[in-house]
Amino acid sequence: MASREKTQVADIDRTIYDIRNEDKDAYRFTSGLTEEIVRKLSEEKNDPEWMRDFRLKSLEIYNSLPVPDWGPDISGLNMDNIATYVRPKNNRMQGNWEDVPEDIKNTFEHLGIPEAERKYLAGVGAQYDSELVYHNIRKEVAEQGVVYLDFESSLTSEYADMVKDHFMHLVPPTDHKFAALHGAVWSGGSFVYIPKNVDVTIPLQSYFRLNAKGAGQFEHTLIIVDEGASLHFIEGCSAPRYNVANLHAGCVELFVRKNAKLRYSTIENWSKNMYNLNTKRAIVEEGGVMEWVSGSFGSHVSYLYPMTILNGKESRMEFTGITFAGKGQNLDTGAKVVHNAPNTSSYINTKSISKDGGVGTFRSSLVINKNAPHSKASVSCESLMLDDRSRSDTIPAMDIRTKDADVGHEAQIGRISDEAVFYLMSRGISEEEARAMIVSGFADNVSKELPLEYAVEMNNLIRLEMKGSIG
Amino acid sequence: MDKLLEVKNLHVKVDEKELLHGVDLTIDKGETHVLLGPNGAGKSTLGLALMGHPRYTVTEGEILFKGEHIEEESADKRAKAGLFLSFQSPIDIPGITVSSFLRNALEQRTGKRVKLWDFKKQLNAAMDLLQIERTYAERELNVGFSGGERKKMEILQLYMLDPDLAILDETDSGLDIDAVRIVSSGVSEFLKQGDKSLLIITHSTKLLESLHVDQTHVLVNGNIVETSDRSLVDKINLEGYAAYGSQE
Repeated sequence: MASREKTQVADIDRTIYDIRNEDKDAYRFTSGLTEEIVRKLSEEKNDPEWMRDFRLKSLEIYNSLPVPDWGPDISGLNMDNIATYVRPKNNRMQGNWEDVPEDIKNTFEHLGIPEAERKYLAGVGAQYDSELVYHNIRKEVAEQGVVYLDFESSLTSEYADMVKDHFMHLVPPTDHKFAALHGAVWSGGSFVYIPKNVDVTIPLQSYFRLNAKGAGQFEHTLIIVDEGASLHFIEGCSAPRYNVANLHAGCVELFVRKNAKLRYSTIENWSKNMYNLNTKRAIVEEGGVMEWVSGSFGSHVSYLYPMTILNGKESRMEFTGITFAGKGQNLDTGAKVVHNAPNTSSYINTKSISKDGGVGTFRSSLVINKNAPHSKASVSCESLMLDDRSRSDTIPAMDIRTKDADVGHEAQIGRISDEAVFYLMSRGISEEEARAMIVSGFADNVSKELPLEYAVEMNNLIRLEMKGSIG
Repeated sequence: MDKLLEVKNLHVKVDEKELLHGVDLTIDKGETHVLLGPNGAGKSTLGLALMGHPRYTVTEGEILFKGEHIEEESADKRAKAGLFLSFQSPIDIPGITVSSFLRNALEQRTGKRVKLWDFKKQLNAAMDLLQIERTYAERELNVGFSGGERKKMEILQLYMLDPDLAILDETDSGLDIDAVRIVSSGVSEFLKQGDKSLLIITHSTKLLESLHVDQTHVLVNGNIVETSDRSLVDKINLEGYAAYGSQE
């Protein structure tokens, strides 16, 4: 046989993500979390009084709650090692790309943010460590009355009362230990308000990035789409890799008012030492539509189950997700939905790929309450395992309290078909390429939902992950 | 004569069971050969072994294509060298469109980047020729396609990829008369591209009516038991395989 290329790439090529800047942070707190730290953080941020109290209350709750024991092991996460607040020296908000400090700018340049903004995006909120360093929104979008602020500014803006009335109302600090942690030390993030009947035609995007070693990231995203309005919000995450455990415990709260529509897309690509313990939740009123598109590629451990409460009649939700668990990754992902009004419908469609010893778990929870007759729900998950060392589990839970509901569930676990690989090879396509094509094809219904440049990025990620999978 | 394919004393095993027991076959450039035989004789085995299916192990003998040994080559290398197999039951590949698959395959086959515009023109022309609706270009490969549509897809690939030797495994089976006519005109168009060779595996003769046949082989129980000219096709049509000890 002619010499076949045997690549052994244990990990994907992360060179573009792995650019590390000199750690020049002036404000790194001592390790561990105490009331003193939270007070200092609150002071630094010039929190309003209610927010300072909220943080301290959350800290109490945090200390009283146990670490979750039902999912992947997170004992590698040592809170004492995580500096909760790191910020660049020059932390003034920047409205112009030119004013962003050079090293930070270089990092974003590598990630393609400015071009992306010019071409596709209505606004960019780029979070570097814990402070937003660059925040901009295109003029024409602002003229429609669209509000897109970094979270700290929103607290003193004319929308302060609105923020106060919604902040951590969907995800209260009592929800779980990491929600409480978030309540205590949240930093950065976005506030978005779309006024009634405003249709934002180009997507808004935020890009989160962790840089400092051992730093946690606790950004808060609050989006309110008012009656009859519509928005597509894209959240992108990436981080360079370090050996010290990193924690991401963000919180996303989405309010979709009557007849409004929100699409929330995420490609999460944290480095593989990250503990991603993120909480996302949406509440949808009458006739409203919530669409989630969620891609999980990175992190060491993930707990991620975006939840939707269908609270008004005829509200709908659709969740499309893909998870790719490679070597050393344990990704526990899925979705939750509560039908809480008549004639509501939900559609959950996920794909999961595991490779090289990776563990992918699909976990879903579907609740149809007694007050939600004539509701429809469908849950489908397909898993593809690329070798014998990898693992894929499906844990769907359903709690249906009305007889008058239409519920469907489908689960499939499979492997790459050798016949399909041979078929493609018989047309001149190499084995590696054939496998990558089949995996991309498997993920196709998710990539179709993504904006073009994200679909390309996802396919590139799959290809990078597939490289060296044949030995 | 210019030898394109030389198969010498070919023994092939699948899952520890030997299915071909020393097949000899030589196909010259520009020739059309027919391989007939009852069910289970090993016809598809020969096709898959020639194409390099990993489950079909060559335990003895040689396969030379254009004078080079290919027994150990992977299927993609054989395809690039100019070999093609039209599958008896083409598989579906979810998520990959006919168009992107063909373009990828064409780039591999030719070793050149294929410009999208040129490719689309070429693909449309080929689809028109085979009376395949153009919308099929953007459909997922064979997903939800009928048996006949899958066979047409095989011929579309044959025509686009333009190999030197095409093995057609039961391409005419399961097709209605119109579809056979379309497939056979597709094959004729392929032959027109010049100096092409065919190995047609069949147990019927529908596809052969409009084609010139140089040699006919009869395969029974893993051995080629008779080789002759076209007249052998007619003989088998009349008498079946009883003369070779087969009931079919």
